[in-house]
Amino acid sequence: MTDLIAIGTRKGLWLARSDDDRRSWTLDGPHLLAQEVASVSIDTRGPAPRVLAGIQYGHWGPTVMRSDDLGRTWQETESGAIRFPEDTGAALARVWQLRPDSADRPGVVWAGCEPHSLWRSEDGGCTFALVRGLWDHPHRPTWEPGGGGGAVHTVLPDPASDRVTVAMSTGGVYLSDDAGGSWQPRNRGITAVFLPDELPEYGQCVHKVAVDAGDPDRMYAQNHFGVFRTEDAGVSWQSIADGLPADFGFPMVSSPREPGTAWVVPLVADMERLPPGGRLRVHRTRDAGATWTELGEGLPDASWAAVMRDAACVDEGDPTGVYVGTRDGCVYASADEGDTFTTVAAHLPDVLVVRAARLP
Amino acid sequence: MTAEVVLPGVLADLAGGAKHLSVDGGTVAEVLDRVAAEHPLLGRRIRDETGAVRRFVNVYVDGDDVRFGRGLDTPVSDGAVVQVLPSVAGG
Repeated sequence: MTDLIAIGTRKGLWLARSDDDRRSWTLDGPHLLAQEVASVSIDTRGPAPRVLAGIQYGHWGPTVMRSDDLGRTWQETESGAIRFPEDTGAALARVWQLRPDSADRPGVVWAGCEPHSLWRSEDGGCTFALVRGLWDHPHRPTWEPGGGGGAVHTVLPDPASDRVTVAMSTGGVYLSDDAGGSWQPRNRGITAVFLPDELPEYGQCVHKVAVDAGDPDRMYAQNHFGVFRTEDAGVSWQSIADGLPADFGFPMVSSPREPGTAWVVPLVADMERLPPGGRLRVHRTRDAGATWTELGEGLPDASWAAVMRDAACVDEGDPTGVYVGTRDGCVYASADEGDTFTTVAAHLPDVLVVRAARLP
Repeated sequence: MTAEVVLPGVLADLAGGAKHLSVDGGTVAEVLDRVAAEHPLLGRRIRDETGAVRRFVNVYVDGDDVRFGRGLDTPVSDGAVVQVLPSVAGG
């Protein structure tokens, strides 16, 4: 069994491998040197693991690269994997999210992009089609760009139904029950401190959303101020920030195995956006946000660097592995659900995204 | 009209290693359309899917930045040099 971490940074991609059940890691890279890798996925559904990377070629624009040999070679669709149709008048600015669908939908991969758009591939990420239902939503012209740009940054396909949930900065959470054909805002209860109406129907700056392992209607959201849970697929949200040292942050990661279990990385906000006191800590709940436990063994006490929204993830191991990357180029891995961490990498460029997979 | 398209080294691989291409066209748009038809990846590095020259890419015709002229409608005379350069940007 090999465990793999894909680490996307502002200047390239690194891959870390472990052949001893995540006790030690070997770092391989850089791949795609000097390219910004804002999104990455490891798709283990096919005959060989496929790594997809949403890159920015510096001066030369964004694209999706793919590798079927763990980074030894890379391919790019000649005409562009993601290409706005002519009638939209839009141009791809950045690929923020690459999300393979379930094993029951082989070849289906979702992409969330800037400008605010959702894309669906049926050929493993070689080509994507714009999801018109979201693009044509009457709210779209009023979704403002967050500090990093206006994008769909979270895509959550439900493996058991046609439900797809997305989250956007800004815009908030939208849900489709018909595979993307129609969309409804699902933000009631999530605050928007930057708007005159702090509880609008939509327009929130939701940083990341994760679905509970036991109930597709239960989701967790790390907001631009506020941590929330819904029990009704976003119809209403309640605060679960009590017990956290700060309610700001970017990642929200849920367990793929244990209902009620999720992780956040609190940051002091709004101007600092740094770990409280410079101590990088992960906080875990095992009761759906009722209580939180600070976890820090192996994490640094002097880390003046933030963790970006996709720079935290989990794997499908048992116990669940937890991975965190920082803007000062460090990556930490836990093989015991966050109780203890080891350092996988240091002194890389800013880590934008980490994704982990167990290779068959 | 046949122009000489001059590419930066970093893009030459996308044109089979050539830094100089002879391309027909009466305007910058026509020249770049033909470049893209022949070398799609190269075309996408220079312009986005709307046809606009990417923000940090500059195109010069006989030394003049077309952004300060007629843009993609800038005429290209026979033997003109159409040079593609990355702008001063990065970090």
